[in-house]
Amino acid sequence: MTPTPATAPDPVPHRPVQVTLPARARPPRPSALSASRTFGWRALLKLRHVPEQLTDVIGIPVIFTLGFTYLFGGALAGSTRAYLDFLLPGTLVMTVVLVTTFSGVTLNTGLTTGVFDRFRSLPIWRPSPIVGALLGDVGRYLIASAIVIALGLTLGYRPDGGAVGTLAAVALVLGFAFALSWVWTTLGLVLRTPTAVNNLSLLVLFPLTLASNIFVDPGTMPGWLQAFIDVNPVTHVVTASRGLMAGTATVGQVGWVLAASALLTAVFGPLTMYLYRSRP
Amino acid sequence: MTAHSPPAVETSGLVKRFGATRAVDGVDLRVPTGSVYGLLGPNGAGKTTIIRILATLLRPDAGTARVFGHDVVAEGDAVRGRIALTGQYAAVDDELTGTENLVLLGRLLGHRKPAARTRAGELLDAFGLAGAADRLVKTYSGGMRRRLDITASLIVSPELLVLDEPTTGLDPHSRNQVWEIVRALVADGTTVLLTTQHLEEADQLADRLAVVDRGKLIAEGTPGQLKASVGAAALHVRLPDQGQRARAERVLAQALGVPVQPGPDAAALSARVTDPGRVVGALVELAGAGIAVAELSLDQPSLDEVFLALTGRRAQSGATTTEDAA
Repeated sequence: MTPTPATAPDPVPHRPVQVTLPARARPPRPSALSASRTFGWRALLKLRHVPEQLTDVIGIPVIFTLGFTYLFGGALAGSTRAYLDFLLPGTLVMTVVLVTTFSGVTLNTGLTTGVFDRFRSLPIWRPSPIVGALLGDVGRYLIASAIVIALGLTLGYRPDGGAVGTLAAVALVLGFAFALSWVWTTLGLVLRTPTAVNNLSLLVLFPLTLASNIFVDPGTMPGWLQAFIDVNPVTHVVTASRGLMAGTATVGQVGWVLAASALLTAVFGPLTMYLYRSRP
Repeated sequence: MTAHSPPAVETSGLVKRFGATRAVDGVDLRVPTGSVYGLLGPNGAGKTTIIRILATLLRPDAGTARVFGHDVVAEGDAVRGRIALTGQYAAVDDELTGTENLVLLGRLLGHRKPAARTRAGELLDAFGLAGAADRLVKTYSGGMRRRLDITASLIVSPELLVLDEPTTGLDPHSRNQVWEIVRALVADGTTVLLTTQHLEEADQLADRLAVVDRGKLIAEGTPGQLKASVGAAALHVRLPDQGQRARAERVLAQALGVPVQPGPDAAALSARVTDPGRVVGALVELAGAGIAVAELSLDQPSLDEVFLALTGRRAQSGATTTEDAA
């Protein structure tokens, strides 16, 4: 990027404005998939131009993986190495889940500019701007996952499920994160400011991630808390990922997460689209 | 276009409420194809709301709106395929380069990547943005950003180009460029619907105008018709001898049948003439009374005066903006 000041004078055209008019015939309308992919490309371009957007994606996995392993490892499992086997799939889930709030914040920020007005007045599949942005966000989740796994391997984590189990766990977490993102896009359309979206998302996510089986086995917790943990979707995602990475996952564990992801998408996807379409 | 083809825009009894406010309150609008149509009015008059309904961004609460015969609610997709909207706030991505912005839209309009790139290059070149093509838009000046914004509506030729206050905040040079772009498009057959608070802009560009006030169209016609309907032209006279001014004032007032005011300097007089036909007679009377005339002009009233006559209020925001731009 050239460090040009914002007040740079207009480069005066060398000749009078010549409108180069295209042929009247328009190219065929792009498919839903093609339009969504184009919006995904837009999200990745923005990441390239404004890499600061990756701060959370890099910072959160590093802090959580190192922090929790060394803080609690010795006390909870006798050694950091032993705790890592238990904790790492949980860190993976927690990191990716926390990073999802970005999608609501981005959408809310985008809506305050005129860009979305233009997108909404284009003859394209109407959900594609949001679907494409979420596909771009999956790229962010992938980066966060890669950092968690790489750090874990460096610290000595060796999953019994092997590469296949680990990749399956990452894929499952990404799928759940994509589904969860629709909740934040809904909030992004309901709330007025990006800060409000961010605050409310974190307010929802902290109890969901803390009151779960990420850090410790809930066996020693009071009954009412265990009851909450049992219905907390994050618990189920952690259980299934732990199972996949340890090579012991059951169809039921994975199926629960897939069903929950489908349900979240089925409810909040159309809700997001309804709100998006009927926005004043 | 045949005589039977539908108008570019046709609305009937259009209403849009925001809470208790009727932002659009029963608007009947007809924009013929191939023309520049201006919606003129102060801030908050409802111009933008009308445009957002036409661009399918808002649903009307009552009434109908058709774009080239397609209903904006029932056939939104057909409408979106025929219009291009350049809104009031720059609808370009600050965090992308000029080229990337246009390639993105080209892809969304169905071009393959090479074609989208070629088209982006042509447009940036034509609009004097080639030198800034690979810079992030957030480094652009206001005028460059506005030009890119309008360029973004021209990737495929729209049948109807909708411009919401296209030159607000632009310096006179950039404003003239935007006007030039609009005229070139219309020459090619595009219909342009624009909103403006700049009275001068409406006069310069629009073939027809609707004056919008508090959600209603309060007048419609060509700029000339609107001025004529206000019924007044301004006669300005300057005398070589300021000592004759008092006598000249009496002679003119009698011959024109309207009050005559002293002008800005001691030798000037002006009057709002209801019947321009009587001006020649009045000048003959002056000559007959031995009063010489040094300068003389008969001007059409400004659109600012039109607004004042129609609403009884000045077009506050419009008047200040025009002065600021001048």
